[in-house]
Amino acid sequence: MWRLKTFYLFIISFILLVWIFPWAKKDLIAYAVFACLTAGLLVLSIVISRAANDTDQIKSNASMMWKRLNKNKSAMGGMIVLIVLCYLAILAPFISPHDSLASDWGALSQGISRAHWLGTDDMGRDIFSRNLFGIRVALGIGISAVFLNTLIGTFLGLLAGYYGKKTDNIIMRLLEAWNSIPFILLAIAIMAALGTGIWKLILIVSLSNIMAFARIIRGSVLLVKESDFISAAKVIGIPDRLIILRHVIPNCISPILVLASLSLGETILVIAGLSFLGLGIQPPMPSLGAMLSNGQQYLHENILMSVVPGVTILLIVLSFNLFGDGVRDALDSRLID
Amino acid sequence: MLSYTIRRLLLLIPLFLFISGLIFGILKLTPGDPAIVLLGDRATQEAIDLTREKFALNKPIPVQYYKMMKHLFTGELKSIYYRENVIKVVGKRMIPTLELGISALFLAIVISIPAGIISAVKRNSLFDYASMSAALFGMSIPVFFTGILLIYLFAVNLRLLPASGYGGPFYTIEGMRHLIMPALVLSFTMMASTTRITRSSMLDVIREDYIRTARAKGVSEGMVIIAHGLRNALVPITTNIGNQIARLFAGAVLTETVFAWPGVGRLAVNAIFRRDETLVFGCVLILSIIYVIVNLMVDLFYAVINPQIRYE
Repeated sequence: MWRLKTFYLFIISFILLVWIFPWAKKDLIAYAVFACLTAGLLVLSIVISRAANDTDQIKSNASMMWKRLNKNKSAMGGMIVLIVLCYLAILAPFISPHDSLASDWGALSQGISRAHWLGTDDMGRDIFSRNLFGIRVALGIGISAVFLNTLIGTFLGLLAGYYGKKTDNIIMRLLEAWNSIPFILLAIAIMAALGTGIWKLILIVSLSNIMAFARIIRGSVLLVKESDFISAAKVIGIPDRLIILRHVIPNCISPILVLASLSLGETILVIAGLSFLGLGIQPPMPSLGAMLSNGQQYLHENILMSVVPGVTILLIVLSFNLFGDGVRDALDSRLID
Repeated sequence: MLSYTIRRLLLLIPLFLFISGLIFGILKLTPGDPAIVLLGDRATQEAIDLTREKFALNKPIPVQYYKMMKHLFTGELKSIYYRENVIKVVGKRMIPTLELGISALFLAIVISIPAGIISAVKRNSLFDYASMSAALFGMSIPVFFTGILLIYLFAVNLRLLPASGYGGPFYTIEGMRHLIMPALVLSFTMMASTTRITRSSMLDVIREDYIRTARAKGVSEGMVIIAHGLRNALVPITTNIGNQIARLFAGAVLTETVFAWPGVGRLAVNAIFRRDETLVFGCVLILSIIYVIVNLMVDLFYAVINPQIRYE
């Protein structure tokens, strides 16, 4: 069963790879990312099908988790939608029928037509193409922000939990103070001070959620620290750095994973919100939030201008949330939520 | 209890210094001169110098910080843009925000706590699936999108409600009509998380032994759920609601923007755009202090809900 599926997947992706290659001059990086993602997914599915066939061996943690996740229909649905969205985002320059920035002055603010599948906005730009690039920006920034957020939050949580006492006190009090400033205001003030830009946006958004990460990682580090193998490692004389890397982090990996996958949806909402206020991604670069705020002004003329990006954000965040809930249930992390 | 409260309140002082320093630093990093922003590009050098002198913008930075703090405490801090006392300006905008926030919170609590309880009691029923899907939906939809959809439906198409703006106090008909949509939109996100948390904490409690004991004793089912179940599940629910209240004042920025609601969140955002340093400083500090105090009140409220919780 699994082998057959993998086989078909292999054929389909091979055809896709060959079919798109002639256009690759248009956007070589996008093609490379696409090829890497496809190859990675294929390898992953082959590995999984191997693991599923080896029934004799003792199940490893990861394959147990995968099995549980696989049974969860809504999580799998979310994951499939996410994979499709990722492909759409990466392949945006190949798929989009029009330039996302070019105006078609003959067709301003129009509805669905054959030339413009989802209509055009007030400047005659194709909404479908803009939407594709918007997904690209939202996913890219959202995932990198969560990645950075996870790194910083985990680092602080590890420090606070492992060293305890004074370090713990200082880090947690500072984080509480940071957390008590309303985030949106802080983000706006920082954006006003430093200027707007994609990297600054990623940095600021990633700082918004460190409190949740640090608090939960600290909690699980405190639990792990009490266990015998840590005291044993300390007695042998293994340096702290190695204890943290080899023994503490692997034992805290499941709350980290769960938190990261749960906060993806929320982060994308925050980014869309900042763009809606005009502070996130700057025009003319298409972003879903800014498209919505533009759409509100033309609500009487063309409802598509707000419905399309809105539904897209909803779809992205919903599938991330479904997937995150699935990961949480699969890892059975009772620490969170 | 009293000593705990006093200790927490004393912690406000370092917090206050930290936040004010941070905000002041960010403001000073921001390019552009507030005096020029205020007077326009064509202002004479003399006028600019005079304004700088008036708002102490020409002094060294530590002196400016000291002056701003001193003025904030003596209640003399004036907004550069409005030329009015900062506390007065914020206070005026606080009323619409409170109206919006409290009505949204009321809607959310009235709908989501019963929904969460019913989902937990009738687990895996149709109602459970429906309310959980609705909650997931509510968590995933951006506030501004719900707002735009409601405006399109009720203001543009049906012409029942005004699209935006503030119509006066909530007890007048006009005010109520303006309030309905923003309150509904704001309550959606609150409803989502409150329903989920109510359900999960009720599920945890219902498994406990004392629930079985109460049922065996012959206590009526309603009493078991409310008095024995809900009361014990209330701590996480309160935490969540407390967080929502604390975040309300600034978190409503998006809703306020969609509906052009004259609230504190939008005031602060506009102040940042206008480079109104004093107003930003005052706004952020006031909002942060409200956040901390609400959190403290929530912590103290735990002891009321669950007498086992004591603060030494």
